[in-house]
Order: sequence, then structure tokens, then C-alpha cells
Amino acid sequence: MVAADWPGADPAWSRELDVPSSSAADEPGTVRRWHLLDNGAELALRGLTPEGTLLCVHGNPTWSYLWRSLLAAGSNPARPWRVVAVDQLDMGFSERTGTFRRLADRITDLGDLTAALGLDGPVVTVGHDWGGVISLGWALSHRDQLAGVVLTNTAVHQPDGTPIPPALRLALHPAVHRWGTTTTPAFLQVTHALARRQLAPAVRAAFRAPYRGAGRRTGVGNFVADIPADASHPSYPALTRVAEGVRGLDVPALMLWGPRDPIFSDRYLKDLIGRLPQARVHRFEGAGHLLAEDRDIASPIFDWLADSLGPNGQFTPHPEATAPPNGQFTPRPEATRPPNGQFTPHPEATAPPNGQLTPHPGGAAWEPLWAPLTSLASGTAAGDTAVAEMAADRHTARSLSWSDLEDSITHLAAGLHDAGVRSGSRVSLMVPPGVDLTVVLYACLRLGAVVVVADAGLGTRGLSRAVKGATPDFLIGIDRALAAAAALGWSGRRISVRDLPAARRRILRVETSLDELTRCGASAEAADRLPAPAPDDPAAVLFTSGSTGPAKGVLYTHRQLAATRDTVAATLGIRPGARLVAGFAPFALLGPALGAVSVTPAMDVTLPRTLTARALADAAAAIDATVVFASPAALRNVLATASGLDPAGQAALARVELLLSAGAPVPAALLEEVQRLVPAASLHTPYGMTEALPVTDISLDEIRAAEADAAAGTVAGAGNGVCVGRPVHGARAAVVPLAADGTAPGDSPVTDPGVTGEILVSAPHVKDSYDRLWLTQRESVRTPGWHRTGDVGHFDAAGRLWVEGRLAHVVTTPGAAVTPVGAEQAIEQLDGVGLAAVVGVGPAGTQAVAAAVETEPPVRRAGPAAPELAGRVRAAARGSGVEVSAVLTVPSQPTDIRHNAKIDRTRLARWATRVLAGGRPGTP
Amino acid sequence: MRVLVTGASGLLGGEVAKLLLRQGHAVTTFQRRPSGVAGATDVRGSLSDDGALRRAVAGAEGVIHLAAKVSFTGRAADFDEVNIEGTRRLLRAARDAGVRGLVFVSSPSVANSGAAIAGLGAEPADPAGAHGDYARTKAAAELLALAADSPELRVAAVRPHVVWGPGDTQLVERVLDRARRGRLPLLDAGAALIDTTYVDNAASAIVAALHRMDHIHGRALVVTNGEPRPVGELLAGICAAGGVPAPAWHVPGRLARAAGSVVEKAWLRAGRTEEPPMTRFLAEQLSTAHWFDQRQTRALLDWTPAVSLDEGLERLARHYGGR
Repeated sequence: MVAADWPGADPAWSRELDVPSSSAADEPGTVRRWHLLDNGAELALRGLTPEGTLLCVHGNPTWSYLWRSLLAAGSNPARPWRVVAVDQLDMGFSERTGTFRRLADRITDLGDLTAALGLDGPVVTVGHDWGGVISLGWALSHRDQLAGVVLTNTAVHQPDGTPIPPALRLALHPAVHRWGTTTTPAFLQVTHALARRQLAPAVRAAFRAPYRGAGRRTGVGNFVADIPADASHPSYPALTRVAEGVRGLDVPALMLWGPRDPIFSDRYLKDLIGRLPQARVHRFEGAGHLLAEDRDIASPIFDWLADSLGPNGQFTPHPEATAPPNGQFTPRPEATRPPNGQFTPHPEATAPPNGQLTPHPGGAAWEPLWAPLTSLASGTAAGDTAVAEMAADRHTARSLSWSDLEDSITHLAAGLHDAGVRSGSRVSLMVPPGVDLTVVLYACLRLGAVVVVADAGLGTRGLSRAVKGATPDFLIGIDRALAAAAALGWSGRRISVRDLPAARRRILRVETSLDELTRCGASAEAADRLPAPAPDDPAAVLFTSGSTGPAKGVLYTHRQLAATRDTVAATLGIRPGARLVAGFAPFALLGPALGAVSVTPAMDVTLPRTLTARALADAAAAIDATVVFASPAALRNVLATASGLDPAGQAALARVELLLSAGAPVPAALLEEVQRLVPAASLHTPYGMTEALPVTDISLDEIRAAEADAAAGTVAGAGNGVCVGRPVHGARAAVVPLAADGTAPGDSPVTDPGVTGEILVSAPHVKDSYDRLWLTQRESVRTPGWHRTGDVGHFDAAGRLWVEGRLAHVVTTPGAAVTPVGAEQAIEQLDGVGLAAVVGVGPAGTQAVAAAVETEPPVRRAGPAAPELAGRVRAAARGSGVEVSAVLTVPSQPTDIRHNAKIDRTRLARWATRVLAGGRPGTP
Repeated sequence: MRVLVTGASGLLGGEVAKLLLRQGHAVTTFQRRPSGVAGATDVRGSLSDDGALRRAVAGAEGVIHLAAKVSFTGRAADFDEVNIEGTRRLLRAARDAGVRGLVFVSSPSVANSGAAIAGLGAEPADPAGAHGDYARTKAAAELLALAADSPELRVAAVRPHVVWGPGDTQLVERVLDRARRGRLPLLDAGAALIDTTYVDNAASAIVAALHRMDHIHGRALVVTNGEPRPVGELLAGICAAGGVPAPAWHVPGRLARAAGSVVEKAWLRAGRTEEPPMTRFLAEQLSTAHWFDQRQTRALLDWTPAVSLDEGLERLARHYGGR
């Protein structure tokens, strides 16, 4: 044992201890020698009194070295914690006992060790892999000391009817087991290879150090052999005791997970969340089994300790007893107003006072999302069309009246309930917008199930990652989605939309269909038996577009969904009687909740560019539409195909009173062209995000006025960005000023004209939390009562918000943070220039600005711009206050899949960095 | 105060001497040829001559040391003698004469192993990693100079990057000459970001260094215009100012680096003394990024460049009568 060869571990932490054994595996009177890493002596030497002890238990085949980052963080004088990381017997540098120690023995062993250490005061257990089970076993028998539990990539229970992971089955196979785990270091090597970032050679060597030679690996093999694959295994009762006992633990819990783990996959996380519903959960997308090697786990663990435990490590009851089932932190605005008087309750104010803003008051009266639908179905208009969808042959393919829709929903809800869908069940919906989706969505909401909605625009990989992370209990989809589920191994019992042939059902492992469930539900006494969800129950997990990193699941409660409906109704004046063409999915689903007749045009809604002018006009004509919802990409195609309109189609569009385009920035020039197609319509383009839809709204007339103000320079703050108008009904928006380092570190939201900062929003329809992303959630509600959007912008003196880009895309030049949008707009005004993107290259704080531009005609290969163009671009950017170092031309900008409109500036910045360092241009 | 400027017959040394005179200082110059700086006291001699050095430094409070053997080619021993030993002798003479402050004018190449430099500050000089005899000996000399920093004689190093301007033979004339002969390639499509220093800015930074010795002694600072540009655009700008068509053909950077190295060796073996068409050093300079973090430099020197890149190119064009 040469502690000096363990990078990142202080040799002074290493100690050995003789521990009297009370384990059944040992003769009475046996003393075992343990090795552990312990910063207790270091703290004492430095005169630091720890707030408590983290008891860290490794799995197989690692050792206490896994926890070195926690030991280092525990020695921080600002918040000292004693960290004791043990090497289990027969593992690491602890004694090789020559015995076979089972789970129950190992739990006893750990208790013997803590008794010998004389650990007193609060203890938080930390476990990884099978160490997680052992740490929980210790926790259950030391309740008086236990202050919290931390789990990383572990499991306590094999869900019924599911096989253990293939990788483990292989390791347990008699033909492989001894050879793979003990005779050779194969198990060690494979486990170390599970780190998503390759381990540094010295770190890998440290992990292998205690396991050199087959004689030192017996424990590794025994550990694997002690995994209870089924109920007949000797350790099964001990495992079950832990698994069931955990349900009674009411201490704070934290689960940190690396999802790319072939053994402890998301389904085990889901199982643990069910047992410890109070847990804070964070999945580190892209990280693997050896999470502590892939990510910084020390910072979140110590942040969580600070949040969850009172001063001096004294365990205080968890502050939010009513956390939603997945344990996400939900600050109710009225409850989290800081005491310093900075936020004064001021719910009625429409214009905020001098910069110090209040978050919205929240807690308003509640009417379920479907209330207008239910009331229309029992009113005089019950027989009128409520929802319809168009066929490619220009005729109405299907339609339901209000009473038909209500019946379909209640029947399906009853059928789903009979099939096992419960309040809180997660149901992934993979059904294209239209009548079917409307019915199944409202049916799920009605019975309290949580709908999971991720659209195909994420691409197969992104979609698969999203679905797996959300671990749906049920997956309802069209044939293509079910085939993907079968091929990609998505969890959840499968339900098809239509009845499928028996052979197809078997192949796709489909249990039933919506048609069948509706028939079953219709024959029962349906609606009365259904439980009604409470307003603050979770209702939906909606995924972000993933244009700025992996898609994030956003959790909404019923109250928040209803608030979204009310905001849209009040802001845009959509009331019962309105008739809308739903060419944009999120708003399409609100139609029945608004009491509006809705029709889905013939298009592939996941590919907005497939909406033609004729299909739009046909849909409008079918219901004599007054409102049109469409994404900017769809509108571009509508304009491109406008010549296909017949006089009847033109007339139908001429009757449209309101056209709404959302999902991505809509250039005014595009709206001007659209206006000619819908001459009577007021054109609106709300600004928002998956976490808050919408935040602000602006009409074309208001855009024209804002641009005129910017050009004239008469209104302070007008210009430098995209004007997105004023906050919508019930919402407040403000900014936290940007610092020179490109962050928005403050906590005081302001609306002073011209002050650029991160945009914050507070509204009843803002999301509840990010799903299983505790760190992301914590960051997003850092300013109490507000959601931090990650966008940057500023207000003008007329109270309008101007968006300047993403916080992550801010360029930090020497002395100033530069936002991209203003300069991009100036560059795009130049002749012969298409889309422009402004990015930074070089180290933060001293970045050089690069502008990448599309040209007309496009260049064939990416590379530096000709000096003449570079000069013009530089001059244009200088006009908006940005000094551009390099101008690059690209054949086309990299954009997001969903909207084909948001430039992936992060990717472009990486590319520009390479090219401007002297690398080959290639493709951005 | 009286200031000794060594190497004042060069473009940058001359500008430094003139600027000091304009500020009202008395200036002694030291080099083998006449400095051509009106108002300065020339002491002519070589850095190998201790006696001449002692005469030059007599009575000076400040020293700005620019004299060096600057070339892409030549015998290693010649570089050692002028750049390392010459600096050692000057430091000794300055200390003996009671000089208070000495600015060693260095080069960012002292810390450049050939990799791209994007936004870094002044890394430590590294004679072993530096490419070529010039960079190697300047690195060793800079280490010597900074090691000599003491309360009696305070020493700092200033590293201007790619100094150019009207009358510059190092960059401008070479670029124009090669462009005229069709021998100036745009390496790797010419996208590498290069920061340069207009000669007036380099001179004012060096003089500022002498005045700000309290803040900077013992350190090295990189000085540039703080306006990085893709190298192709930069060369095109110089060509346009000089009235020569810009280069239009491309050679992949790695190929050029290999070729430069081969050509250089063949050239030297053939005993030719003028500069070879392309050396490895030049190829590296033209195909990888070289731009620097200027925040600390500007704060410590309390200095900003007065002449922008565009203004510098205009002055260059006026010099060549082009505009």
C-alpha cells in the first residue's frame, strides 16, 4: 500500500483500524483489520469542528479511493465535514478474511466499524453500486444518528418480472463468474472502462492497486456471487429488508445518477424514487456508472447538505413535506419572499416601481384544464364540432362534437384506469397532433396520470434519451413509435392507438389499444369512479427542444397548465366560439381547454415545413376559422406554396382574425409577407419557452413601432435585439444585470431601460420544476419567486423587452460582455448576406469576436471571408458596438432540428475556434 | 532623465528613441551604425565590447535594450554571442553604472513551442521549447534579464508581437517582396488569427514600461494592438497598402512547414546568406493562431494603443503613396 501513488488523495487520510467482529461470518472474538480514508485527524489538526460525518461506502470492484473528492471538500474550513470512506472487508486495502461475506454480514461489518470508530453526531450515508444497499442497511439500524442518505448509481430491488441487467447476468454465469471476477482482472477493467471520461492512467492504476493478484480479488468474485438474482438466493431476505425498510426513512435524501450505466439504469432510479419520494434527484446526462469519476459530485452533495441540514449539522425536518412524488423542489412564490424587504408585495401593479420587482403572487383560484370542454359538452352547443382533423384529400378526415369528445375522454380515462394507469403514473404520448392525441391527453389528465411529451423533432437519439430518462410506466403510440420503443428498449407498458394484428402486437409487445380501452371504458360506469387530481399534483412533463444542450424534462402541475390556458385566453382574447387551425403542437392541445373549435391541417406536425398554403386554407375553410397557430418554419412553406391557393382558399384565409406564430424568432419581414395572405388578421408572435409559454407578446404593428423607435433613437433602450413586446397577462419579466464575465450573478431583478441581463419571469403558468434535474432546478429558481430563463435581453423605456440571445452565448471580450443578436441583425441587413451568427473564440474574459455569415449565393466551402465582405461585416457590427476580429463564410448555419431557426452558436463557436487557430475549415 | 536605447538604428528602436526625446528625456543610443535619430547622442559599438557598453551607459538612469541579432537563419553561436552574452554584459554594465530601470525588449516567440496561441498571456520564457536560434537566445536572455531584477536595478521584459509600420523590413517589406514574386502563400486558407503591433504602439508601450517599473519589474508582458485578424486578411491588407496584388494560392500548413524546414537546411548548406523563401518559423507564424490576452498588459502599463490596425494600414498606404 503506497498512499503516495493515489492521485487526488492525501496520504494522511489513509489509516488502518482493528475492529472486533460481531458478524456471523466470523468466530466470536475475531478482530478484523480495516483500511479507510478519514479526514477526521486533519480537521482536528486544523482546529475545525465538523458539522457531521459522511459515511461513504464503495461498491464492487472499487474502494474508498472513489470518494477522494468528498474527503477534499469535507476539509473546506467554511463548512467542515468529517468524511469516512471505508474499504469493505476483502476489498480495497482491508483484510482478506478468507470468508464469504454476504449482504447481512457486510451491513453488520459496517456497524462494527462505526462502533469501533466511536462515530457520534449526525451521519449522512453515501453509497455507490452495491455499497448503496450496504449504506442503507447501516442507515436502517442507526436511525438515531442518521441525518440523510446519498445514493449514486445503485439499486435495492429488482423490479418484478424484469430480468437482471445482461452485463450482470454474464458476470454471474457459472462459466464466466470465477474467471471473469477473480482469476483475471476482467471485471475490474470493464468497470473502470465504464467511466465516460477515460480515467487518467495514474487514477486507473490507483483503482487497481488493491486488487493485484487473484488472491486479492476473492472479494470481488464473492461480491458478484452475492447478488440476489432471484428470491431463492441466500441474500434475498436481507436485500428485501433493506428495500422495504427504506420506505420508512424520512430523512433528506439525494440521488445523483449517471444514466449511461449498463447495470444501474434509470429503472432502478425510478424504483428508488418510489421508495424515497422526498429525494432530490439529479441525472447527469452523458455520465456513466462511475459517476464520481465523470462529474463533480462533491459540490452538489455539499450544497444539498447546506440546504437540507440545519446549522452545525443538526438534522432538521425536511422543509417541504409536500414535495411532489419525484421530489423536485417547488418554491411557492408567496412562501419564499426574502425577509429583507427587497420584494414588496405588490400584486396589482402593472408597471413595476423603480426597478425592484415583485414576483407574481400565485395561489389563485383554480378551474381544471378541461372545465370549458365539460361545460360546452353539457350545453346547447353539445352537438357542434369540437375537434377535427384534415385528410390529404382536402376533406375532413374525422371530427367529434363537444359531447362526443367529452364521452371519448371519459370512456378512455375509465379504460386506462382499468388497465392500471393511476394517479401519478407516467404516460408517454407518442401520437401525432389530432383528434386521437386530444382525447388521450385529456383522458390522462382527467385521471391524474402524468403525460410525458417529447416530440420527434428531437431526433431519434435525443428522443430516446428523453423517454428513457422520464421512465414512463406506459407508452401510448402510433405503430412507428411502438416499433422505436421495441427497438430502443424504452420502458413502459405499451398501448397502441389502433387495434393491431395479433402478430404485430406480439412483436411490439403491445398489451392493448386505445380503441379497445375506450370500448371497455364505455361499457363501465365510467367517470364517477375516477379520482380527480388535485391542483398541485403533477400533470405533464414536456421536453425542451434541446437546442442548447440535452433536452430537459419540464414538470407542470394541473394548476400551472390551467394557468397557461388562462394566460393565452386573456392575452389573445381566445374565448369559447373561437375556431382555430392548429398548426403548432403545444397550442393545438389547448383548443378544447379554451372552448375553441380546433382543426389539425393535413401535415406532418413534427415537420413544420410540410404545411402548405392549400392545406392551411382547407383546414381554415372546414371550420370557418378565426384563428391560426403556426410555427415560423410552417409559415415560410405556406408562403412558398401560396401560388397553389384557389379563390375559395384565399377567401377562407381572408376571414382569419388572428394569426399566431411561435416557437422561434419570427422576422418582421416574414410577418409582412404573411400579412398579405391573411389581410384581415392581427399578427402576433409571443415569446416564451417550454418552461413558460408565453412570457411576452407582440403584434406586427407593435414590431413596426418598436423598430421605428429603435431607428429614431428616441426611446431609451429601444434596439439591440429582437423586440418581443410586453409581458403577457399575469406575467412579470425582469432582468438580472450581466457582469463583465458573461454571467448574471445578482439576485435583484430590474427593468431599467437599456440594462442588459438574464431574463427572469414570474407567472402562474411558469413550470413547477425540471424533472430529475435538481441542480438545474436549483439554479433556475436561484432568485426566489422567479424563473431564470437563460436568455439575455433588456427593456426599453416603453416597457418592451428586447431579446439579445442566450446567456450561454454571451461573448466575453476584454472589459465587456457582448450579446450576439444586435450585431447579427445589423450584419443581416447587408446586401448578399443571409443568416449571421456572432460567437466568441478564446478564453473567457478575453475572447475575440468571430462572425459567421451565410452569403447569397452560398459559398461552396466554409472559410475566411474575402477582405471586402469582412470589411463590410466589421463596419456593420461596429455600428452596434461590437468589434469583430474574424469574419467567416459558411454554406449554411447549423440550426436546431425542431424549428430550423435557432442557430447552434455553441457548435459554431467550437468550429470557429478550431478554424481560427489554424485548423482546417471543414463543415461547421 | 537620461535613457540609453540600444539598437536605435532599427525601426522600433528609432521610434522609441524619438518618443523619449519628444517626452523631454535625454537619449543615448548604442549600435554599430549611426542611429539616425536627431537629438540623440550616438555611442557606436558592439555588445561584445565591454568598454563601449560602459561608455554608453554612463550617466543613464534608464536603459531600453532592443539590440539583438534578429533573423530566421544564421549560425547558432552568433545568436548566442549577441543575444545572450551581449545582454549579460549590458546588465553588468548597467548595474555598475547605477542604472535604476531596464526594459528588455523581447518577443512572444520566447514562449512559443509552435502550438496555436489563442488569448494567452505572457507565459514563462522557455529556451528549450522555443523554435529557432533567435527565439531560443532571446528566451535565455529574457530569463537572464528578469533574474537580474533587484531593488537597485529594476528590470522588466516587454514582448511586442509582430511589429510593423512604414519602413519596416521585417514583415512589410518581406510580404510585399514575396507577393510581388508570387511567393507568398495563404497558408491553410489564411484563417489563423494573428495579432500584430503597429510600431508607434510598440514604442509607446516600451516607454510606458520604463515609467511603470514600480508595477511591472520582474515580469514579462506581451504587447499587441489587441486586434487579431485572420492572417490572410492581414496580408491582403498589407499588400493593398503597398499596391501589390494579394496572394491567391494556398499551400496546406503542414506541408509548408515541412517544406520550409527542408528549404532552410538546403539553403544554409549551399552557403547562401540572404533569407530563404520560406522558413519553418515563418510558416508556423502564418498558419497557427497568435493572439494574446492584453488585459493585464494594459492595466499594468496604464497604456492603450493609440493607432488602430486600420489607421496603421492607412499610414502604410500613404507611405507607399498608394492612397
